[in-house]
Amino acid sequence: MEFETVIGLEIHAQLATESRIFCSCSTEFGCPPNQNTCPVCLGLPGSLPVLNQKVIEYAVKLGLATNCSIRSDSQFARKNYFYPDLPKAYQISQYERPICEHGHLEISTGEGQKQIGITRIHLEEDAGKLLHQENSDSSSVDLNRAGIPLVEIVSEPELSSSEEAKSYMEKMHAILTALGICSGDMEKGHMRCDANVSIRPKGQKEFGTRTEIKNLNSFRFVKQAIDYEIERHREEILDGRELVQETRLWDSERKLTFSMRSKEEAEEYRYFPDPDLPVVELDTAWVDGLRESLPELPDARKLRYREKLGLSEYDAEVLSLSGEASEFFEEVLEAGGDPKQACNWILGDMTRMMNEKDLSLRKLGIKPGMIAELISLIQEGTISGKMAKNLLPDLQNSDQSVKELVEAKGLVQVSDEQELLKMIDGLIQEHAAQVEEYRGGKTKVLGFFVGQLMKQTQGKANPGVANKLIKSRLDG
Amino acid sequence: MVESASLQELSGKIRGGEIRSEEVMASAYDRIEAHDSDLNVFRSRLDRETALKKAREIDQRAASGEKLGPLAGIPVSIKDNICIQDPELNGSCASAILEDYASPYDAHVVERLKAADAIIIGKTNMDEFAMGSSTENSAYGPTLNPWDRDRVPGGSSGGAAVSVASGMVLLALGSDTGGSVRQPASLCGVTGVKPSYGSVSRYGLVAYGSSLDQIGCLAKSSEDCSYALEVIQGHDPRDSTSSDQTLVGDGKDLELQGKRFCLPETYLDPEVVDAEVIEAISEAESMLLKEGAVIEKRPLEFLRFVIPTYYILAFAEASSNLGRFDGIRYGVRSQKEANLKSLYSDSRSKGFGREVQRRIMLGTFVLSSGYYDQFYGRATRVRAGMEQQIGKLFEEFDFILGPVSPFPACGSL
Repeated sequence: MEFETVIGLEIHAQLATESRIFCSCSTEFGCPPNQNTCPVCLGLPGSLPVLNQKVIEYAVKLGLATNCSIRSDSQFARKNYFYPDLPKAYQISQYERPICEHGHLEISTGEGQKQIGITRIHLEEDAGKLLHQENSDSSSVDLNRAGIPLVEIVSEPELSSSEEAKSYMEKMHAILTALGICSGDMEKGHMRCDANVSIRPKGQKEFGTRTEIKNLNSFRFVKQAIDYEIERHREEILDGRELVQETRLWDSERKLTFSMRSKEEAEEYRYFPDPDLPVVELDTAWVDGLRESLPELPDARKLRYREKLGLSEYDAEVLSLSGEASEFFEEVLEAGGDPKQACNWILGDMTRMMNEKDLSLRKLGIKPGMIAELISLIQEGTISGKMAKNLLPDLQNSDQSVKELVEAKGLVQVSDEQELLKMIDGLIQEHAAQVEEYRGGKTKVLGFFVGQLMKQTQGKANPGVANKLIKSRLDG
Repeated sequence: MVESASLQELSGKIRGGEIRSEEVMASAYDRIEAHDSDLNVFRSRLDRETALKKAREIDQRAASGEKLGPLAGIPVSIKDNICIQDPELNGSCASAILEDYASPYDAHVVERLKAADAIIIGKTNMDEFAMGSSTENSAYGPTLNPWDRDRVPGGSSGGAAVSVASGMVLLALGSDTGGSVRQPASLCGVTGVKPSYGSVSRYGLVAYGSSLDQIGCLAKSSEDCSYALEVIQGHDPRDSTSSDQTLVGDGKDLELQGKRFCLPETYLDPEVVDAEVIEAISEAESMLLKEGAVIEKRPLEFLRFVIPTYYILAFAEASSNLGRFDGIRYGVRSQKEANLKSLYSDSRSKGFGREVQRRIMLGTFVLSSGYYDQFYGRATRVRAGMEQQIGKLFEEFDFILGPVSPFPACGSL
């Protein structure tokens, strides 16, 4: 039986405001437990929430960037449930009247561009966090995180593979960071998602039984967890077992999903409008002002890279999806670097270095101006591409210019023909047998002489010039 | 002298050094010591020496020529559901679940009272979490009506009303969600005002029905209430439902000539309203007519729906508002900690009284899926309809006239 996959994502992103959604406590990370709190985020009796207007601005920007309609009368609602990390026993969220609805964005797939619908974007407050002490039967509650502003972005069930889900998440990440409304730091949980997955026989209209995988906090996990879940659904169906609608968690160590709770235990949240917070009325002119002030978004950026800078489709896509990389890229261009070369450095050697050292692009400590300088030194013929690659680690956290480093290491390429010819003639005398071979038609032997020359010059011979001179001597 | 003077006169004399706050305080404490043990007015209060010391400080500041606030040296009580940071005034909402609760902050009204140089001497008994109208639902025993101890003082701000009626304080703050200031004031023969929603900040008032809760004043006269309202009203950025409009002044210059009053017919229906209350309405009516006011009777059918609508909305909000009392972070926690669920249910079963439990359960029910629209949803639509009708009524009338309670103080409910 052939199946097709239906996936919908709920992405949670932490908004990068200075203060929390309903009080003036800072969103700073890393204070001792419960030190960064006030009566409001502690949910103490008598305290009341006051909406942080910045949060509305950020959510509206996101809605505009994802083609949503913006509600001029959105409303906060209480989601009631008991849990020790939830100090009011309700989370202030949005229910019937979310701030943004009916949007969409485009992702790149193997079959070209695809539009994915966005059902809604709503605002909510984060809960606190439970600390389970080792060797103790008690747990502690830390409310420093309570009231951190979040947006929840709900997609339509229109993603049909784990790759599409990953691309969608990457696109959303790029938009959130381009807008400057979310740090995008997934390791810190600033962006995470829940994936709703189901499969159905190809051609069937009704959806199959779905399961929800909670709290996926990396692009890789999104893909792996969905792939695992699709395969699990297939096996269950093909083996004639009934799938259970349930919530599951991803175990990234063992690479499998496991059941968290089934629908029977699904909670009754008793949503109702929060009487402490008035309807959020938005002025059309204000929204229009935000629309006009939006920065360049990934799609526009990609188009510009392709059309104005002549990058390939692939390079333009990859660069434009990363706020950090595209910003770095543009700084290299500003410093005079060639676009294609700059892109190659960033997506090639620098990315490799980032992976090896597990550092972000900026944290590598290589300044964009250095990459521009490196590119022009290669173009001038001062150093070879190989030298440049070898030099890269020396650029990290260096105060010297690339040129100074090149000179200090004596890396300047030998392009002087007279100097090289002297050495080549010596080699030809030394290796008469190889000269014979070459002249007998084994032209591959040319490489042997280039190698010897490089050895003699410690790799400093300009490879282009060296090739040309050796060939002319051997042919002559 | 203390009994007959208005708040304004008395605080004026204290500020001017003609009367000492210490004397006023001593006389308040004479009353408290004579009657609090049997009337059960205060949930917590300062001891006599602490209160007298505070009074003497006011007197000294007055003597040194310092400019003092409008309630300088006046003994004031606040209802037990208003937060105050004072280790002598711990506990809250007359509930066992908040037995030793110590608020780490002052309510907006407490800040205002302190800034006005009032002396808050204690917190008054109430129906637990303001749920009730007789002050019999307190976890700490009922408060009695000082005029007749076999009758209830009304509620839920019964302690507040009695603290004024028995001369223990000159001003009490209460809270009114569905009559909780006005009804006990009526049953104890003092004046009580529920100001318009939004005019007094709710910051620091422990929520019951948030869309209806409002802090109000109880005092000997409308003049005193109005004087105190000037102190506590006004915009507070910490309460998003706080209005930025100021209430109209004290009404001393109010001219009744030609003013139009609407008198709903239901209020004169002997089937619904006690004969004694109807008589009181007639008295008020003739007094107003004598002043040249116009009174028109109207059927106002929608009044029938006020009570059921109120109950649904207030209980729904309460079920959510009281969720935070779970024994985890503060308040009473059950020691039988088998698991999280039983920790919650044991703490809440033990900590909440019967009436509170009943209202939480009803409120939970009206919000649950499958019943939401039939109850909570419908109640919000009825409320919106009433708002509209009342709005229309006020296009025609300046006032709506009615009794606070359909019956006078009665025996135990």
